[in-house]
Amino acid sequence: MKTINLFKIAWKALQRNRLRAFLTMLGIIIGVASVIAMLAIGEGSKQSIKNQISGMGSNMLFVQPGSDSRGGVQQDFSQSQTLTLADYKALKEKNTTLTDISPQVNGSGQVIFGANNWPTSIYGVNPQYLNIRKLSVQRGSIFTEKDVSSASKVVVIGQTVVENIFKNGEDPLGKTIRYNKIPFKVIGILAEKGQNTFGQDQDDVILAPYTTVQKRIQASTHLQSITASARSEEIAEQASLEMASILRTSHKLGATDEDDFNVRSQQELISTFSSTSEILTVLLVAIASISLVIGGIGIMNIMYVSVTERTREIGLRMAVGGRGIDILLQFLVEAILISITGGLIGVALGLGSTLLVSNLMHWPTVVTTQSLVISFAVCAITGIFFGWYPARKAASLDPIVALRYE
Amino acid sequence: MEKKIIEIENLKREFIMGTEVVRALKGISFSVAQGEFVTIMGTSGSGKSTLLNVLGCLDQPNTGSYKIDGIPVRNLSKNELARIRNEKIGFIFQSYNLLPRTTALENVELPLMYNGAISSKERRERAVEALRLVGLSSRLHHTPNQLSGGQQQRVAIARALVNNPVLILADEATGNLDTRTSYGIMALFQELNSQGKTIAFVTHEPDIALFSKRTIVLRDGHIVKDYPVEAVASAAQALAQLPAEETFKMQD
Repeated sequence: MKTINLFKIAWKALQRNRLRAFLTMLGIIIGVASVIAMLAIGEGSKQSIKNQISGMGSNMLFVQPGSDSRGGVQQDFSQSQTLTLADYKALKEKNTTLTDISPQVNGSGQVIFGANNWPTSIYGVNPQYLNIRKLSVQRGSIFTEKDVSSASKVVVIGQTVVENIFKNGEDPLGKTIRYNKIPFKVIGILAEKGQNTFGQDQDDVILAPYTTVQKRIQASTHLQSITASARSEEIAEQASLEMASILRTSHKLGATDEDDFNVRSQQELISTFSSTSEILTVLLVAIASISLVIGGIGIMNIMYVSVTERTREIGLRMAVGGRGIDILLQFLVEAILISITGGLIGVALGLGSTLLVSNLMHWPTVVTTQSLVISFAVCAITGIFFGWYPARKAASLDPIVALRYE
Repeated sequence: MEKKIIEIENLKREFIMGTEVVRALKGISFSVAQGEFVTIMGTSGSGKSTLLNVLGCLDQPNTGSYKIDGIPVRNLSKNELARIRNEKIGFIFQSYNLLPRTTALENVELPLMYNGAISSKERRERAVEALRLVGLSSRLHHTPNQLSGGQQQRVAIARALVNNPVLILADEATGNLDTRTSYGIMALFQELNSQGKTIAFVTHEPDIALFSKRTIVLRDGHIVKDYPVEAVASAAQALAQLPAEETFKMQD
């Protein structure tokens, strides 16, 4: 029998029982729609985490001081002083994989302008810090290398700081603010960045030359961290290994000594968060798949009923020349038609509900072609798998018995 | 010598029911030539259903030989039997066996669906022609529940004709019909036979047998009688002689 005839016959058979066919499809429709919606929501949250972290600089690398056990006392790493300017200089000179590198010295305290004050952090960095953190200056400019070498008392301030100490709408540029009683001249204002993934306000910051912070605020030569950016996302891992080896040399660590610093890449952060969200997605999809299986069982059930109901029809088809394979294919195609039609409606419904979720609840959603193709393929396979046994039963009927079946 | 459509020699068919062996056909021989109109008669249990199944290539004999249109079917596979049924035989059943909610035309097209050599255009044309032959040109798109019993049986006859079979096998084809409609159907069979169709008609009604040219009587798995019908009755005439139809009866 020609394939086109098979589909015609199957389609007609379904039309004879439209409501039943639709109800059978419903299981598949709900299954496919929920798989697609769940994948879209899962993928959406993964992407948004990835974007937020990448927004902080996807090829970013941090070096933090590690445990310093010299003298037998384990130090808290924020207190440890294993990272120095010498390390920064060594990294800057010897690296082959970095574009920008900046030391970072953090201070905390109170910033005052006129009658207003605000608690915030001051980060002592070099001008490259802006590139590394993907920050930009909205107005004014960043301090220069010259400001760094001369330890000038100049700062670039974030939007949150502007809002809290320039409450009367004054232009902050050129004004002098006091941080821990030390006067600084505002030479630039950072563009707004918003909160990061961890809820930290990235605009609540003051940037100053690291030399200035070291001398005027910290009065020490130790660094809190070193921030760098690799030449590309792909070599970030390689860069972090290289940095570690440079630091080991500069710290004169022996082969058996543990690192007294930590090099962490943004990539690690991304993969940590992605994998968390991936596990969630897998769970959601697993639950949704169960309804797909139940839909498949529904098809199998209805196909068995259909075979029994149409025993005489099967007998007749065999009597007029239908072979076993023709009957098998007829019922199989029917099952596949149910599942594929259900699949198509399910895809439409899944896309619709995804749209609804992202519009009404403002959840990030991403529908990948892959998820559409996979759920559709699963559907067709479901049809074949669950349609096979009823179809086999139909094909193995004895035409003599089937023709006389009451 | 005229062409033999059915050639049966010493055909036996046994069934094993549990521990018992049921001998449905105990060695029968006969042949049917092209253009014959044979009635096969017998009471229930005489083996006529078994014979019908064998003639229709739905079943195979245990021993003996059966040739249809010169082809021995003894050792054919299931698929080869299906092909013979598709190309050589037209079935007509007591209960019509039309597909429900399917138009007359589509019902008649059905056997040709299983013949890959026939295009959809030819299929349609042949179905229309077959329905014209049985006088249902005006009912092409009616579904079985919109047709009377007689009309449904005519659709079934059209379906049996559409593949241009060498043998038309009718199984109690008038069993569900009233006398008037039965005569109408028998008239149609006689007309088809006069056009050269070979017909084997299985029935247990002796008056129906009078319309055929030859009667074979089966009893207990043997042929007990095989004789030509001397005075073949004309079903058309018999129909005309029936008293006028009562007015309240639904028109065909």
